[in-house]
Amino acid sequence: MAHVLVVTSGKGGVGKTTSTAALGAALARGGERVVVIDFDVGLRNLDLLMGAERRVVYDLIHVVQGTAKVSQALIRDKRIDTLFLLAASQTRDKDALTEDGVERVIRELRPFFDWIICDSPAGIERGASLAMRYADSAIVVANAEVSSVRDSDRIIGLLDSTTAKAKHGQQMEKYLLLTRYDAIRAGRGEMLGVEDVLDILCIPLLGIIPESKEVLNASNMGTPVTLSNPASAPARAYSDVARRLKGEEVPLVVPSDKSGLLNKLFGRRAA
Amino acid sequence: MTTSRPTTSFKFRGGSFHALVVKPEAPIDAWLADVDGLLLRSPRFFAGKSVVVDVSELSLTKETFLGLLDELSKREIRILGVEGADRSCFDGRVPSLTRGQTRKSKKAAAPAIQLAAPVPISSLLIDAPVRSGQQIVHPHGDVTVVGSVGSGAEIVAAGSIHVYGTLRGRVMAGAYGNERARIFCRRLEAELMAIDGHYIVADDIESHLRKAPIQAWLEKDSLEITTID
Repeated sequence: MAHVLVVTSGKGGVGKTTSTAALGAALARGGERVVVIDFDVGLRNLDLLMGAERRVVYDLIHVVQGTAKVSQALIRDKRIDTLFLLAASQTRDKDALTEDGVERVIRELRPFFDWIICDSPAGIERGASLAMRYADSAIVVANAEVSSVRDSDRIIGLLDSTTAKAKHGQQMEKYLLLTRYDAIRAGRGEMLGVEDVLDILCIPLLGIIPESKEVLNASNMGTPVTLSNPASAPARAYSDVARRLKGEEVPLVVPSDKSGLLNKLFGRRAA
Repeated sequence: MTTSRPTTSFKFRGGSFHALVVKPEAPIDAWLADVDGLLLRSPRFFAGKSVVVDVSELSLTKETFLGLLDELSKREIRILGVEGADRSCFDGRVPSLTRGQTRKSKKAAAPAIQLAAPVPISSLLIDAPVRSGQQIVHPHGDVTVVGSVGSGAEIVAAGSIHVYGTLRGRVMAGAYGNERARIFCRRLEAELMAIDGHYIVADDIESHLRKAPIQAWLEKDSLEITTID
């Protein structure tokens, strides 16, 4: 039975879709059966990042509303045959998602996969709420800056109160994925430090993805960064995260800043 | 967030209510004729009203007393209780009432029975961080948070607020009128603090108090903050 993971953040542009694609690909390359679902109905992007935008026939809304079967809507990745995409509709909006429909789609997918990764839209409205509703655990994606961190704090509160798991009195596992981390800027005090973010959010750190132009290159190519350039720093960081998700012990190294000492001498610290 | 009570408690409380007191006079028949006259002029005089019959200045036998009650109910006067009826007359058809003053005078002889302790002031313990966007409202006492209060979170308490962590959100102590309520936290980064409606925003907090462990209280309508080490 699949483990249902939601990738969420509250704030937009922090790297939810990039992380969904990269983690989905990394898990699938390790032999796991993975389906990634785009919940960003009306503003879909995951299909582009997966390079599947020209192969979408049926989407999540068709399945939710019963006009297509789940098996018809699943798009198999051309590079890894255990990786599947369930695209969002671009012509509809989030109101087309129903609670019963989403629950049914996830229930039907569970027996056939090891991982179901729900890519949440930004915000706290219907799309985001339904993406997290039936999850077993959550990856909270944040950047090391105050607005992203506060939005993530808000999302954690919702994960603890509005999900199906919370309503059954269970605790939802939540992990922090710090993305677009720039060690040099953090060292200069232009970003929050890792410690500052952890101090505010109080959830376990799953990984730190360094800021890198490789991520943008991968998006433009329509290939998850873990496949386009597996040796790059962000790809290695995502692969480590995928291994941690599978339960492996992988040491986590906070990217360090070589000029950090100099800045410390000047006494500049993260706000 | 909801709190659950361990057991259901049965609540008692004293209350004073307004009732129309009628005082029949002897002879009863003549008095009833006056009542009829009144009802003729204003038929809805007693409609919807709760009526107490004061018979303390009449000496009635049980028969005349019950007869009076029947006559009144024939006129659709709803009797809430009877005051001053002799115990022998009283058959339990209507409750016997006692005035506050009467009871006070008897207090020395028969001490008042303690029906129930007043509803205890309860405190609310939150054993997790309070996240941005969450609101904790506790109108019955203190709130203690073992963890931090996030930026954009809000706590409203009738009593004091204790935060064993960093206070980054908004807290309102003594929010239902309690100038003696206080706010305590391990690290002050609050957006707003208020006690009994007197508030202070982050900009007004002196820099040496920021990120320090503090307590805040009200003194002459002004919110005072001091560090506690």
